[in-house]
Amino acid sequence: MADYNVMEMMITAAARNLEDGASVGVGTGAPCAAAMLAQKTHAPNLVVLFEAGGVSPQLPTMPISVGDSRTTYKALMASGMCEIMETCQRGMVDYCFLGGAQIDKFGNLNSTVIGDWAHPKVRFPGSGGANDFASFCWKIMVITPQDARRFVEKVDFITSPGYLGGPGSREAAGLAAGTGPFKVITDLAVMGFDEETKQMRVESLHHGVTFDQVQENTSFQLLKAPEIAETLPPTAEELRILREEVDPHKYIIGR
Amino acid sequence: MYKIIAEGTGPLFMDPDPDAARAFFRTKPRALAPKVMKVSQAVERFVHDGEYLAIGGFGANRIPTAICHEILRQNKKNLAFAGHTSTHDFQILAAGEAFDRCDIAYIIGLEARGLSAHARRYMESGKVESCEWTNYAMACRLKAAAMGVSFVPARNVLGTDTFIRSAAKIVECPFTGKQFVLFPALWPDVSAIHVHESDIYGNCRLKGISIADLELARASKHLIITCERLVHNDEIRSDPSATVIPYFLVDAVCEVPFGSYPGNMPYEYYSDEVHLREWLNVEKDEEQFREFLDKYIYSVKDFTQYLELCGGIQRINELRAQEHLIEVE
Repeated sequence: MADYNVMEMMITAAARNLEDGASVGVGTGAPCAAAMLAQKTHAPNLVVLFEAGGVSPQLPTMPISVGDSRTTYKALMASGMCEIMETCQRGMVDYCFLGGAQIDKFGNLNSTVIGDWAHPKVRFPGSGGANDFASFCWKIMVITPQDARRFVEKVDFITSPGYLGGPGSREAAGLAAGTGPFKVITDLAVMGFDEETKQMRVESLHHGVTFDQVQENTSFQLLKAPEIAETLPPTAEELRILREEVDPHKYIIGR
Repeated sequence: MYKIIAEGTGPLFMDPDPDAARAFFRTKPRALAPKVMKVSQAVERFVHDGEYLAIGGFGANRIPTAICHEILRQNKKNLAFAGHTSTHDFQILAAGEAFDRCDIAYIIGLEARGLSAHARRYMESGKVESCEWTNYAMACRLKAAAMGVSFVPARNVLGTDTFIRSAAKIVECPFTGKQFVLFPALWPDVSAIHVHESDIYGNCRLKGISIADLELARASKHLIITCERLVHNDEIRSDPSATVIPYFLVDAVCEVPFGSYPGNMPYEYYSDEVHLREWLNVEKDEEQFREFLDKYIYSVKDFTQYLELCGGIQRINELRAQEHLIEVE
């Protein structure tokens, strides 16, 4: 078996969820690496969109900012924020990648504050474009390390909507029907969401990881998919592309 | 009549009345007059204590750095700030504690580079009154203002605490019965945008992504342009399709070569990650940070002197090579 680290595992697992011909709104870091890997393997026609305006670049290196000039390198279009977000709002963007300081069992994300909003223990950047992507794109994916402080029963602040309070609550709030969290990819497992309860469930475990280990690193009760597989590890070819072409300076996979 | 379903509890810092805006825009000069001035003059004339300020670009990409520095040097205070796609610009203005009200979409962070320790301390200090939005929500507010109407509807923020802490309202659509959030128009008192080229009147061209700057230029009551270079009016007239901001929106034009430094300027130079990392590191110690600000901003005469302190033409050439992916020894 090829030797790889957890970041390489997470990026590969994320990349495999992006099918050829789909469209995805990405940020910097692991999501961007996942989109690049997908393009260089099974999804050459993946449409990559950056919130600041970049459309379908041929990324020469990892961007540092979702608005830097790498995001329009040999791109099809250099547009603006309304153009990108309204493409999402019209229903033409299949996936987005998000992160956050906290996530709950319904996939709600907090990137605003820890503690009380008016008197925060810790202030974070806020939504940025996260709430917009989470509201508009069909399927939300999250790449994040798994620990009990991050995977909480209730987030301190819902910055970006997951399934909110459970089944039907996105639609009741007025969000577009048929949208919501899709996969949560961590250093331990790949999780999805139970169709009926809209709660997070473990779908595959990375090599050598047990369900109990994932549960220990989660502050809410995880559900189990009917069958829990082992996450397919990165192939030698995926690792070669990731290391030589996607992130040769190891900005992301070196962590 | 719209039925209001829910209202955000956040403060609305600016009046969304389109007729108040029209009354102002009626008085804005239309004459094709030269507006070239120094950065210090532009800030003195158009940025006033207590007013609402917005900065163009995307954090550390195509930002009017010289204007942000000058706002600190002139000790502007009690501004309200549009924390929209802001990163290094926010970091500079927070360093000077220039604002005490903030519309928040994205603040404190510098994306993949990490969080600004000082900006975070400032936002946690209780000195800043704030209201939550998102990047698209703020773009909608500027779009509404640019349209000359008091709101724009959208389908984000619904169901979240981001909405509760905003000053938006949720209504039922009179056509479909579906719920929409309405974002109130935002007419900033003054904005600054950095572009590639402008003529002396303020007809502007830019390359690469426009972010929300086309909306911002049209929403702003006063607009300061900094440009990489001035071009002749004949050049503008030779290709009118390249003009993205017409002169009558503009109040001041300042020629500031490499003016987005240490940020990225598309097709010109890449961001100076060494200098930006130095900012982030030095902020952890308040005493060191004060010395740093004194060295790079407060004791500096103008942007040219700042560039020289940061390595001058030699450093800029390295960043130009990075931007164009040219391997140099």
